[in-house]
Amino acid sequence: MNIEDFPMLREDLIYLDNGATTFKPQCVIDKITEYYTKYSANAHRGDYDISYKVDQEYENSREIVRKFINARFKEEIIFTSGATESLNMIANGFFGKFIEPDDEILITQTEHASNVLPWFRLVNEKQAKINYIPLDDNHYVTLENVKKAVTPKTKVISLASITNVIGDERPIKEICEFAHQNNIFVVMDGAQSVPHRKTDVIDLDVDFLAFSGHKMCGPTGIGVLYGKKELLEEMEPQNYGGGMNESFDNPNEIYLKELPTRLEAGTPNIAGAIGLGQAIKYLDSIGMKKIEAYEKKLRRYAIEKLINIPYLDIINIESDSGIISFNVDGVFSQDVAYYLNKYKVCVRAGNHCAKILNQETGVLNSLRISLYFYNTESDIDSLVELLSNKEKIVEEML
Amino acid sequence: MDNRNIIMNHYTSSPYKKDFNPDLNYQKIETKSDSCIDHLNIYVKFENNILKDAYFNGEACAIATSSCSILLKNCLNKTVSEIVEYIKNFDNMVNGKDFNLEELKEAIVFKEIVRQGHRKTCAYLPYQGLKKLIDKR
Ligand SMILES: Cc1ncc(COP(=O)(O)O)c(C=O)c1O
Repeated sequence: MNIEDFPMLREDLIYLDNGATTFKPQCVIDKITEYYTKYSANAHRGDYDISYKVDQEYENSREIVRKFINARFKEEIIFTSGATESLNMIANGFFGKFIEPDDEILITQTEHASNVLPWFRLVNEKQAKINYIPLDDNHYVTLENVKKAVTPKTKVISLASITNVIGDERPIKEICEFAHQNNIFVVMDGAQSVPHRKTDVIDLDVDFLAFSGHKMCGPTGIGVLYGKKELLEEMEPQNYGGGMNESFDNPNEIYLKELPTRLEAGTPNIAGAIGLGQAIKYLDSIGMKKIEAYEKKLRRYAIEKLINIPYLDIINIESDSGIISFNVDGVFSQDVAYYLNKYKVCVRAGNHCAKILNQETGVLNSLRISLYFYNTESDIDSLVELLSNKEKIVEEML
Repeated sequence: MDNRNIIMNHYTSSPYKKDFNPDLNYQKIETKSDSCIDHLNIYVKFENNILKDAYFNGEACAIATSSCSILLKNCLNKTVSEIVEYIKNFDNMVNGKDFNLEELKEAIVFKEIVRQGHRKTCAYLPYQGLKKLIDKR
């Protein structure tokens, strides 16, 4: 769908690495250019027209994000540099204040590094503990297993809503319901789901949500931290400095601004935030339901074809996101990626930043294709054709 | 043998690639790429400044694996300073500078391949690891 909107799709490429980042439609590029060419001023300096315009556009983007994830208040939307920064802010700025020795943090072995390492650091600092939710045979998270893993010491459950290698969708809403009955917070890493599915934070009832703009047609260097207002009020800013303070006379008298500004010290990524707002408008103009349905159909199409290649070992046949991970039997994934690259097919080889996943799946590395709505059946056909001849892969991988 | 066969032989059946439990006389070098998933462990044993024994294992692409195998083959029984020279020579080749063809032996198979930008990192990865260890000595 909508191929004509993307300048990158005019290049001679087949891009199947949308889990890493996505292409930008012309309207997003134009919006960013407009900021740099028509009203390139700083924010929060409303003394002159172009700066006033910056504030309007910047805050308008916040409102667009709020609506997009159905948050109650604009103050619940904090602009960050990406999902990684958002997750670090949550782990340090919020849980850093509350976690005590022996408290338990519950994650899984299929999380992205950005939803593991901030927690590792926290438990090291606080002498707390990481526990893992056992996964079922498909490496999925079930509510039953969450219940089994929770103890009276569990303080927070932090999960990707869709994982970046297996592509499975977690029952976040049910987990929140159970967790909240037990006074446990839930953090949702939405990096791989917000770009592909309708997200409703009120319906899900998550306490915190992190996602990145660049994986949803927006610019790099911009992301979002959502938190329930009463929780964000408690969050300790990771950065102090300009923009976030009300007044300061000496170290004992620092007065900070209200949310959301308090958590956005320094000159923000203005172009990024405005670009993200435009990207969301663009996604909404297509419709998240339609995007989801299209990707599911395309995934089924891909699986039906890939499954016929006998030496292809597909790791996640069942999951229903646009992520398909597989190996060509006997050929190192990176060599297959190099082979595909010769035909200008972009796929990712690797452990995809989910390094502890290896312990879980026993598969060290794999190839991953990750689809977006601008991919087509013809992209899949080209991939399948290239993978259909193993001798050719081995012959041409060098 | 043509270049392709040399690479494939070292990739699929290197005599230097094996799982083993090194004793204390071996030093371990862990080489990992920043940009890809190549990950090789190299084990070397020096005696009187001479590389007496070397093995490697791990998971990496055909280029990194075969390059490692050829590196160890070429460096066995060389002195530390000879190895330093050899690495420099390889470095010159992959960076398009003048180099001594004879010294490199089978390693010249990578001469063309490293023109594909990211493959250069793969071929050079084991060299980087060995160099780091020697620099520390
Ligand atoms: C599940 C998941 N979480 C977090 C991240 C981190 O996103 P970013 O690098 O944009 O901060 C990613 C990116 O690949 C991801 O896939």
